[in-house]
Amino acid sequence: MSAPLLRLESVTMAFGGLKAVADLDLEVRSGELVGLIGPNGAGKTTVFNVITGVYTPTAGRILLEGRPIQGLKPHAIARHGITRTFQNIRLFSTRCCRDNVCIASHQHTRASLLDTLLRSHRFETDEREMQARASELLDLLGLAPWEDTIASELPYGQQRRLEIARALAGKPKLLLLDEPAAGLNPQESDQLMHLIEDLGPRFGLTILLIEHDMRVVMGICRRIAVLDYGIKIAEGNPAEIRSNPHVIEAYLGEEIPADLGAGG
Amino acid sequence: MKQIGWLIAVLAVLIVADVAMRRVLSPYQLQVVVLCGINIILAVSLNLINGFTGQFSIGHAGFMALGAYGSAMFSLHIGARWVAKLQALGLPEPIAAALPLLMALLLGGMLAALAGYLVGLPSLRLRGDYLAIVTLGFGEIIRVLILNIDVIGGARGLPGIPGWANVFWVGVGVAAVLALSRNLAHSTHGRALFAIRDDEVAAEALGVDTTSYKVLAFVIGAFFAGVAGGLFAHFLSYLNPNSFTFIKSIEVIAMVVLGGMGSISGSVLAAILLTLLPELLRPVKEYRMVLYSLMLIVLMITRPQGLLGTREISLAWLRRRATPKAA
Repeated sequence: MSAPLLRLESVTMAFGGLKAVADLDLEVRSGELVGLIGPNGAGKTTVFNVITGVYTPTAGRILLEGRPIQGLKPHAIARHGITRTFQNIRLFSTRCCRDNVCIASHQHTRASLLDTLLRSHRFETDEREMQARASELLDLLGLAPWEDTIASELPYGQQRRLEIARALAGKPKLLLLDEPAAGLNPQESDQLMHLIEDLGPRFGLTILLIEHDMRVVMGICRRIAVLDYGIKIAEGNPAEIRSNPHVIEAYLGEEIPADLGAGG
Repeated sequence: MKQIGWLIAVLAVLIVADVAMRRVLSPYQLQVVVLCGINIILAVSLNLINGFTGQFSIGHAGFMALGAYGSAMFSLHIGARWVAKLQALGLPEPIAAALPLLMALLLGGMLAALAGYLVGLPSLRLRGDYLAIVTLGFGEIIRVLILNIDVIGGARGLPGIPGWANVFWVGVGVAAVLALSRNLAHSTHGRALFAIRDDEVAAEALGVDTTSYKVLAFVIGAFFAGVAGGLFAHFLSYLNPNSFTFIKSIEVIAMVVLGGMGSISGSVLAAILLTLLPELLRPVKEYRMVLYSLMLIVLMITRPQGLLGTREISLAWLRRRATPKAA
């Protein structure tokens, strides 16, 4: 398909006088793994919130497969095939891991409320499918031993993984990952990044990844966009980004530019 | 077909219980049992709104009043005539009254559900204490309306309602609310409700239509409050607006909180406990309510998460303990 899966056309998100995102153009093509990076407070999460409908952009258009989705409610956008994870983990903390994942399959259920209340055959098969899919996803993310654990009792690293499993259960076309490696140690973070790299081909997924730490993204993203003060200051492959003077300037004092290429 | 087996078993047990209790218990004891049942229906249905979905409604007595007066008016003006005709054909009263009573209860429930829908709508915009105040206002409006409508007795109350409800019918109501809320809890729709309680933003982002689910919780919760009101009316044969004050709503909230928010069996346990406690404390006379309140305070301090927290005691749980694999 030549048309991009997701296309942001001069999207602006202003809060009063503050433009958290200004005139942003961004394209994500089907099957890509794109990184969105930038220093703290650059507006990365706001971009996600605008795409997923938490905010309605002040100006501009957001197109998913050519159809405008700006102004739709978040749950409607999720149904159109965009799911996300959250930077500050937002699990359903009183439910077990399996339930957390099943909730995201909710939009694919065929059993009506009446089926549910009366426990019809359709409800039973639906429920079985959902549980099976949840187990599969938990297994894929290495969470099988914690299936019945209450989400808030999970170790931190596993909570991050559960967020991804949950977002995958929504069978998205586009997966938005908001700093999935935040707070992980370098080893955990490397493991997670390799896992994310595999997700795309495995599920036919397109992924847009926010990361604060450049080092992490450089290893897996072919294409990276850099945001600073809500403005896109650079876009290109890792080598281009690494040598871009604007990017180095934006990150100066924040990270050591010489370290940018290491690891990944 | 499993369901039909269950249905027959439950009905059989309830008929036996009804006959047995009528033989063994005094009218006073019978009334306490029935009130326990009605309070279970109220607590479990409020639990759907406050416990499952994490909204805060303090207008449950209003829904109950609507169901009570709605069903009573139906029975007084329509149901009673049908029953008289059926009795003329030689049917005994309990059988002749079955269908009209069922219709009255459903009608009362539906009236309350409609109100639940209307009250649920502002819950799209309001949450927490703001929503609580709307529901409080709703409850008071209903009570004051009843107080001022002469056709339904106003402040004098509404006497002469056919006393068709008994342990059997209250048992049917309890079984229905328990079965339906259990089925709901273990389904994708129930998980959607829990998700809203735990994190509304995340629930939306994963495709849960939070607004319609919040209204749905109100509609189902109100329906059963209406049924409870209908049973109340047809058991006491007399209604008075003073039975549906703000205090009644608080009583039901106390049951839900004490049982554990979101725990169906917790609500049942707490409803029984809080119905029996004031009755058992009758010997201490004027200190009754002091002791009752004191016990509530002690219980809440020692178990702030409620008697059962979010856990459940259920047949499935017991079965799981007996056999390793369960449905």
